[in-house]
Amino acid sequence: MSKISLIIQREYLTRVRKKSFVVMSIIGPILFGAMMVLPAWFSSMEDTTEKRIAIVDQTGEYAQSITDTEFLKFDWLQNSNQKEVASDYKEEGYYAYLFIEKDLLEHPDAVTIYSDAQITIDVKDHISRKLEQILEEKKLSSYNISGLDAIIQEVNNVRVNVKTIKLGEDGSEKESSQFITIMAALVFAMLVYFFVLLYGTQVMRGVIEEKTNRIVEVIVSSVKPFQLMMGKIIGIAMVALTQFAIWVVLTVMLYFGISAFVFDGGKVPTRMDSQIENVEALNSEEAQAELTEFQKSFTDVTSKIKAINLVGILFAFVFYFVGGYLLYASLFAALGAALDSEADSQQFVMPVMMPLILSIYVAMAAFRNPAGDLAFWFSMIPFTSPIVMMARMPFEPPIWEMLLSMAILTGTFIFTTWFAGRIYRTGILMYGKKVSYGELWKWFKYSGK
Amino acid sequence: MFLEANKVVKQYAAHLALDHVDLQVPEGSIYGLLGPNGAGKTTLIRIINQITGPDAGEILINGHKLKPEDVHRIGYLPEERGLYKKMKVGEQAIYLARLKGLSRNDAIKKLKYWFEKFEIQAWWDKKVEELSKGMQQKIQFVVTVLHEPKLLIFDEPFSGFDPINANILKQEIIAQKEKGATILFSTHNMGSVEEICDHITLINKSKTILDGQVDDIKQEYKDNLIKLDFSGDSDILDQYLGKDYLIQSVLQNHRMSTAMIQMPEDGTVNNMISRLVDHVQIHGMQELLPSMNDIFIKVVEQSNQTKPVNN
Repeated sequence: MSKISLIIQREYLTRVRKKSFVVMSIIGPILFGAMMVLPAWFSSMEDTTEKRIAIVDQTGEYAQSITDTEFLKFDWLQNSNQKEVASDYKEEGYYAYLFIEKDLLEHPDAVTIYSDAQITIDVKDHISRKLEQILEEKKLSSYNISGLDAIIQEVNNVRVNVKTIKLGEDGSEKESSQFITIMAALVFAMLVYFFVLLYGTQVMRGVIEEKTNRIVEVIVSSVKPFQLMMGKIIGIAMVALTQFAIWVVLTVMLYFGISAFVFDGGKVPTRMDSQIENVEALNSEEAQAELTEFQKSFTDVTSKIKAINLVGILFAFVFYFVGGYLLYASLFAALGAALDSEADSQQFVMPVMMPLILSIYVAMAAFRNPAGDLAFWFSMIPFTSPIVMMARMPFEPPIWEMLLSMAILTGTFIFTTWFAGRIYRTGILMYGKKVSYGELWKWFKYSGK
Repeated sequence: MFLEANKVVKQYAAHLALDHVDLQVPEGSIYGLLGPNGAGKTTLIRIINQITGPDAGEILINGHKLKPEDVHRIGYLPEERGLYKKMKVGEQAIYLARLKGLSRNDAIKKLKYWFEKFEIQAWWDKKVEELSKGMQQKIQFVVTVLHEPKLLIFDEPFSGFDPINANILKQEIIAQKEKGATILFSTHNMGSVEEICDHITLINKSKTILDGQVDDIKQEYKDNLIKLDFSGDSDILDQYLGKDYLIQSVLQNHRMSTAMIQMPEDGTVNNMISRLVDHVQIHGMQELLPSMNDIFIKVVEQSNQTKPVNN
């Protein structure tokens, strides 16, 4: 077995056997699962506690128009004044009381909700909606238009519902959601950022460990320093890819698990299913109605996720992760070789991390205009392209841009690996030397034998 | 010669680490590479180990120029040495042995032999960080010699060893020599040099300033100093030895005195005896050879005086 594969093997096995690796492998998919379920869950969740609200209406004109909802009950306390209600609305079991002081047409501010609790948005919205409605009607009726009711009826029935449909190349229509696309872009950009940072710094830590343990000289008497560095970088990359693969597999399993749980019998009503079983109960009005609010939003979210070209994105992810990782890991390896302990690493790590952090900001901006100049240039610059291009992926950038960015990235990581190798082989054998970037440059220039 | 260095030069930025250094290590010898800190010993050793390359000059091993595969024939115990702390002892030893070209099975077989020899089988599944420093050093030694290298290089091997382990190490180094290995040995611990080295090269400020067999060097640097144990009047010594002989000191005890006497250039022990034998009672007599420590200090100081500090 060649020596570099021995090194890769050691780097890989010592890491995947660690407890922290196992823990991360489990937490990741749970997080992704939560991302699928939570939006659906939140949107199906409403405040279901009943709230009673007292109304003190000094004008007597509005109280009756504020109607009850399923969870909000209003009582008009006709013969009470504000003082009495203020002192015992709590004992009477009211959540809050609404005080209307004057005619709202003339004094729009003369209405207040009092409560010792924070008033929820639902409550406030409901009340102001009702009051606005009533004021509108009053205003309108003050113009004395004949047939007003009919006109209002007609006006209220005007509806527009804009759907966003992305046309596939085969002409198929998929309902896409701007929100879900941005979420997907965000997730992938963050994943690249997270993996590059996490595993890149692991390379640095590994190099520092070998240096502080003083084992490095024993090893480089058997293998070339460059082999040791590459073995470490590749071994850790494989750890990262293993982690990612576990996440993908577990997330998929979790998805089916959740689907089975949400739709009891394990039947997920995908679009295809419903076409095949067109006549069956599933698609009928009645059955649809039987789906709970949660099930509906779950299907909605998952079908929108499916509308994104996930397989293509996964491939791009692997490429940009590996490319970005190789670029940064080699720099981190050079830094690790220059440092004697992790404690001094901070000031040197910052300049290396800056472009990574910058690319997250650019990626955020790229969501607004994924085909704009900013997004374009930063997805060409190799230090930022892994993250920025991943953020653009769900918006399907032109193929030539992707290929160009990939080519630049590949060229750059070959260069940085060579560059880092030169610093590395000098640095690992230097102990107790104060390093500066100038010193690193000197190491780089030492003769290449 | 098993190992040769011919006019090796190594330059680091502003610092010349090796300035045309030669080395001739005979097969089967224990060869001392001596010199003060910073003289260039470790650089030369790293070049022999192909960790770094020379700017000029060449290294020959067994007559051929150093090749990448030669690392399998060299066992190296560096001065800065250590092990992966979180790795298990056995696993780590196998890993290091395989990096030296042993197969997994060979490595295990050989490790078993050594672990039994040192009675350390119980450490196999322990993590290195659970072992004491002395224990770790034993493992390091085993890993160094495991692949039965023809050339063993020890850089300051005794530093950090307690006396018991240092002694075990010394015995093992001699045992390796007897098995046919050639040993290059870098140190500034002169005591150990005297005990085990056959040949030395002394490097100071990147240059060779002395080399040869230990016995020859001692003869060359001897001061003709004789230690004489006798009983009788010390004034008699002066009287019968004459002006050529310089009595440096006399230590008088109740029954026996000890004198340190410097002979003239042409003086011999026999001559001295014949002058004294009829007049004092001689209990013992010994020609004192300078210790390597004295020679080291003397030669290094001389070379520092004759050459400017910065080239």
